[in-house]
Amino acid sequence: MNNKNNIILEVKNLSKLFGKNKVPAFEMIKNGSDKREVAKKLGVTVAVNDVSFQVERGKIFVLIGLSGSGKSTVVRCLNLLQKPTSGDILFEGKSILSFDKKELLEYRRYKVSMVFQSFGLMSHRNVLENVAYGLEVRGTKKAERGNRAREIIKLVGLEGWEDKSISQLSGGMRQRVGIARALANDPEILLMDEPFSALDPLVRSDMQFELLSLQKKLNKTVVFITHDINEAFKLGDMVAIMKDGKIIQMDTPENMAANPANEYVENFINSVDKGQIYSVKHIMQTPSCMIRIKDGANNALKQMRDNSVSSAYVVGENLELIGILTIDDAMRVRTGEISIQDAIIRDILTTNEDTLVSDLLSVAASAKYPIAVVDEDNCLKGIVSKAAVLSSLV
Amino acid sequence: MPDWLIAFPSSIKLNISDPIDRFIDYLITEWDAFFNSITNGLRVFLNSIGYVIEMIPWWLLIAIVFVLTWRMSKKIGKAILYSLLIFSIGAMGLWELMNTTLSIIIASVIISIIIGFPTGVLVSSSDRLDSIVRPILDTMQTMPSFVYLIPAAMLLGLGNVPAVLATTIYAVPPLIRLTSHGIRQVDREVIEAATAFGSTKWQSLIKVKIPQAMPTIMTGVNQTIMMAISMVVTGSMIGVTGLGQEVLISINRLQAGRGFTAGIAIVIMAIVIDRLTQGIIKKGEAFIDE
Repeated sequence: MNNKNNIILEVKNLSKLFGKNKVPAFEMIKNGSDKREVAKKLGVTVAVNDVSFQVERGKIFVLIGLSGSGKSTVVRCLNLLQKPTSGDILFEGKSILSFDKKELLEYRRYKVSMVFQSFGLMSHRNVLENVAYGLEVRGTKKAERGNRAREIIKLVGLEGWEDKSISQLSGGMRQRVGIARALANDPEILLMDEPFSALDPLVRSDMQFELLSLQKKLNKTVVFITHDINEAFKLGDMVAIMKDGKIIQMDTPENMAANPANEYVENFINSVDKGQIYSVKHIMQTPSCMIRIKDGANNALKQMRDNSVSSAYVVGENLELIGILTIDDAMRVRTGEISIQDAIIRDILTTNEDTLVSDLLSVAASAKYPIAVVDEDNCLKGIVSKAAVLSSLV
Repeated sequence: MPDWLIAFPSSIKLNISDPIDRFIDYLITEWDAFFNSITNGLRVFLNSIGYVIEMIPWWLLIAIVFVLTWRMSKKIGKAILYSLLIFSIGAMGLWELMNTTLSIIIASVIISIIIGFPTGVLVSSSDRLDSIVRPILDTMQTMPSFVYLIPAAMLLGLGNVPAVLATTIYAVPPLIRLTSHGIRQVDREVIEAATAFGSTKWQSLIKVKIPQAMPTIMTGVNQTIMMAISMVVTGSMIGVTGLGQEVLISINRLQAGRGFTAGIAIVIMAIVIDRLTQGIIKKGEAFIDE
């Protein structure tokens, strides 16, 4: 399996230092000093420290680490957005550090493209023009790049949005544009720098699934950066954990889960259970229908119809939660059968933003209405539906 | 107690006025031909702008203001108000003077953009250049605007032509500053994206940085225009014609009514031009706003 031809990208002893006294700092690390000592003594930041790995063609290689572990710097070295301080990076056996200006442009235009955490989209261009950007700087004719961009936009499921401006798009859609832009160049390698971190958890799992199916279809090599171990294990053929600029373990997800190299890795892996790490604020939604008690039954009915829901949350003057009003009861209030005060169901489940999703599981399963999320003043902040609780655990 | 502790010691003398005088004298004698050609060039430029503006019939100008305001704000009331305001300048008998003032403003702003925009782009590219240019811009902007009139008049003579030069010097700093600022504050990831997809430096400047910075650059243009308008009155001291001269004459003759009439006309011009350029900026921001 691991024969030489299959390796598309090889990183050898890569280091990246930021600051002025790089040479003495380098000596210090070689002699075994750690990152903090170097920073304190010389004011040099050691972002990446002697990192080596190989990426196989057609596989997803995941670099995972907390912020400041150097993972983003590594990925920026792979297309020379950052120049390595030492070490080498071989693309198909050729050192990218030896590239002259023209070769580097060619490498970036044809071989490698990148997806960014906060999307890096150009807001003065519409969706189509963003996706076509790589082709445009490459010199592809307008008609041709338009066709190619449309094709890719369709592939990522944004058909019909070609002429929309970026500001009209949701976060998930923006990152689809980012991915489409990267794919439009038909690169060999896709560098993805925490592409889904800025998205909310439900959209994130959608996007992960879609990345996997895209990758299957197009068979691209992916270098994926994340701080989320679930994401890493879900996507990665090979996962490398980084800490303080160094790789501390590199293996397949199965092996890593079975044999964590040390306690740090073990702790990382133990956070896999999503329900444990997601709290209510990550999955709550804005209530689609909210009425004020002084609005009256007619208004409540209209609002429920407009939002096509059969019940609504009733709040008081200061947004404090009073209860739920169903559409049937609202009708009865209108005909005068009962008063609005009596019609409101006051006995409902509430929770707060910081409750862990896993703690909510048992109550959510039997809840008749979505659970209301309130703050300490009993103000309605959002709602959590049964579906949201369950799907966050998938 | 010795005197020098109370009054500033008269024995300490710093004389920068003589060297400046000598420098200006030197420019006048040695660079005469150069400044003559600048004067002639500016005169041709100013006259052709004036000529074009003269050719626009009064009703067409009002119609242009109406259509632009309407398209910018989508409010018919505003469009009518601004058109009426411009109409009232004519009704006050100041139409011709407004045309003169307008052409001086337009000429100064065009020259400011030609100088300021590329300078701003250049300054944005280098921190060292920025630290050199910044104090110069501060000086240019805080120096009382009258001061520019003296060398301008000495080198280029009296009238509207030196005023264009003095106005440019006074009005160009905000444009340089905001062009540079706008380009520097473009989102880092957006610039990285441009580079990562294989843009040359030029491509990422033209296709990404400048368009992303456009709302800020337009704010700079707007400020430049406003400063140019404010210079109109000051310029009248070296014989600039137009609305500013009206104000100066009224001061000399103590005619409050006449002074206010011209003043109001200047205010109207400033408001209408400001709102129109602000409208353009807002349109641009709607795009950039994430």
